[in-house]
Amino acid sequence: MVMIEEAAAGVHDAPTRHMNMIEAINDALDIMMGRDDDIVILGEDVGYFGGVFRATAGLQKKYGRNRVFDSPINECGIVGAAVGMAAYGLRPVPEIQFADYIYPGLDQLVSEAARMRYRSAGEFTAPITIRSPFGGGIFGGQTHSQSPEALFTHVAGLKTVIPCTPRDAKGLLIAAIEDNDPVIFFEPKRIYNGPFDGYYDKPSRTWKGHPGGDVPEGYYRIPLGKARIVREGAALTVLSYGTMIHVAEAVLAEKGIDAEIIDLRTLVPLDIEAVEKSVEKTGKCLVIHEATRTSGFGAELVALVQERCFYHLEAPVERVTGFDTPYPHSLEWAYFPGPVRIGEAVDRLMKD
Amino acid sequence: MGEGPIPESTRRGNLPPLELYVPEPRYRPGDVVDYSHLPVPPAGQLPRPDESCEAAETWPLTLDMIRVLDEDDRAVGAWNPGLDAETLRRMLRMMALTRAFDDRMYRGQRQGKTSFYMKSVGEEAISVAHAQALARDDMVFPTYRQQGILISRGYPLVEMINQIYSNRADTLKGRQLPVMYSARDYGFFSISGNLATQLPQAVGWGMASAIKGDTRVASAFVGEGSSAEGDFHAAMTFAAVYNAPVVLNLVNNQWAISSFSGFAGAERTTFAARATGYGIAGLRVDGNDALAVYAASRWAADRARANKGPTLIEHFTYRAEGHSTSDDPSAYRSAQEREEWPLGDPIMRLKKHLIALGEWSEEQQEAMDRELVDQVKVATKEAEKNGVLGHGLHHPFHTMFEDVFEELPWHLEEQAAQAIREREIKWPHWKEEGRSDGHD
Repeated sequence: MVMIEEAAAGVHDAPTRHMNMIEAINDALDIMMGRDDDIVILGEDVGYFGGVFRATAGLQKKYGRNRVFDSPINECGIVGAAVGMAAYGLRPVPEIQFADYIYPGLDQLVSEAARMRYRSAGEFTAPITIRSPFGGGIFGGQTHSQSPEALFTHVAGLKTVIPCTPRDAKGLLIAAIEDNDPVIFFEPKRIYNGPFDGYYDKPSRTWKGHPGGDVPEGYYRIPLGKARIVREGAALTVLSYGTMIHVAEAVLAEKGIDAEIIDLRTLVPLDIEAVEKSVEKTGKCLVIHEATRTSGFGAELVALVQERCFYHLEAPVERVTGFDTPYPHSLEWAYFPGPVRIGEAVDRLMKD
Repeated sequence: MGEGPIPESTRRGNLPPLELYVPEPRYRPGDVVDYSHLPVPPAGQLPRPDESCEAAETWPLTLDMIRVLDEDDRAVGAWNPGLDAETLRRMLRMMALTRAFDDRMYRGQRQGKTSFYMKSVGEEAISVAHAQALARDDMVFPTYRQQGILISRGYPLVEMINQIYSNRADTLKGRQLPVMYSARDYGFFSISGNLATQLPQAVGWGMASAIKGDTRVASAFVGEGSSAEGDFHAAMTFAAVYNAPVVLNLVNNQWAISSFSGFAGAERTTFAARATGYGIAGLRVDGNDALAVYAASRWAADRARANKGPTLIEHFTYRAEGHSTSDDPSAYRSAQEREEWPLGDPIMRLKKHLIALGEWSEEQQEAMDRELVDQVKVATKEAEKNGVLGHGLHHPFHTMFEDVFEELPWHLEEQAAQAIREREIKWPHWKEEGRSDGHD
């Protein structure tokens, strides 16, 4: 298989097509299924219906029920069967309908998929990409809004990927599918149809006019473990991923701060070089995620920055997160780590 | 003496290749629906074993279908519960009220008064007749489609609507997705959005009741789709092992969002038949026949109460509408299915039975329907005085941090202070609804 990295010549010149994030994910799945007969998709409602968010629309019709099929409502079975298919030599791309529903599959993921390579010394592997919509901002209540990424980054043997634009979603998903280790691919559902800057009371935007909505045609991959510098700057480093990248961009633009915003894209493996380089340059670091605070991935980032960039830091590293409560239905916008919470943290960092 | 490692090529050229079987429903959008393959046994034919029978004796009942109301709207056979007319009228009323309530709440969601709603159209007999068959203080562990139980038990409609609107009077403080009620004083367990989790919990409640020498039993619900979850099998195993006083209701409404019952195993055997493998009693019942549902539910509840153990009841029905307001069933199933459903509409069937008994009339039905529409309307207006979802900021922000634990640890107090500070910036004019001092 010819590998075309994002930076390689060709992709940047490839013709692009406007897509929302669902279309970009669908396109990635379509391209990969066309290239590799070993790729199969299973999950609740993914077949004829094409998924409740329509990410797999049209794929069963195109590739047949042997390769794209509905599953029983049993996440343990979905993940466990994927482990078995992978043991045979297939490359399953199961969908878990909402990240909030992944927990019955946790034993198969944590104790099985994640450790298969290790416990069999490479005899068996689990090249599985588990796609799942996650995150809030859609009045989904506590069972359709969670951001459980830190549960997975804590597990040895799992990679965790979170895109923040349609363009990245496609390239990262292709790389995740080609990866020979199990990958958790969390899709921020709040930005499926357009970027979200945190101002819930403004009309929603689509991806039209956003550069991330211009998606290169055909096959390309964005390597796992490579962060993207969303915006270069000198005053402050922002480390984030998913929906919160867009919120951070809006807040810092509004405040007129020359921030360097880094979209981590992959939490494990983390692009530590990009983090170090930026923090060493700016001397200030703000970590943002929507997930709950305690033992969140932000804690890991803060620890790494402190360990590796301590002598460059000019202020304590700040962390903006969701609160340590279940995601509330009606007080969603009081919960969401929006512009005010981020703005206060930025002010604290910039006050000297 | 082993054979050694598998040789490189194990292909057996003379054998046919294996084939993956993936279920496919009979009808898709636009298809003409013909249910002649679906056996609808005549009413009144099945024997009714004693509630204290051996579980194995119910085996034939798990493969057939208990039906009481016949073609001529009469109640027939050993399973006829012999209910008096007043009870029948009450059940009819509660079923019609459930439907009127669903209709209004669905429209409310479409009008933007809340984020989400789930109807139970076509499944009213299951909730209402089951509730009628239980003792008032038996504990129910429902799914999100048993609003009929709450309504039957007299839970105030206004309280339901307050929850659906997440308004300031919502006793769940706006935390839960609409329809995820909790009503302990009405024997109605907190509903989870995660599927089938309530089944082992119901078994545990029943075990606790037995540990304490109580007389109350537990009753749990699950859809046929989510009976695929491991929780279902955990519940069945525990129920069998401890002979738990519990009724496990499996509502087979044919569809789990877009996945038909074949994705839960319906093409192989009935759902009720699973009971046999666990050694517990099983019944399969026409879920659109309120009398059959009542009779089966009563049998199972009496059995549990008599220390004779658990029962799995499969209620065979049809989800007449979408999964929820977020679903569009016209994208995956034929609209004709609902029209052609051979077991009819549960409300119509009970109504016709009462009319056949000379205990009811079309005029009374129409008058009742009008009255129920009014009742729901009045309740809706009353609830709307407490607000609709809107921006959602109806409850004091501190409530967001309460009940995570019994007492707030320091970090939640700090986060609560942060949320309130943000409120003062983001919503400077916010004040606690119903109060003038803006106290938080």
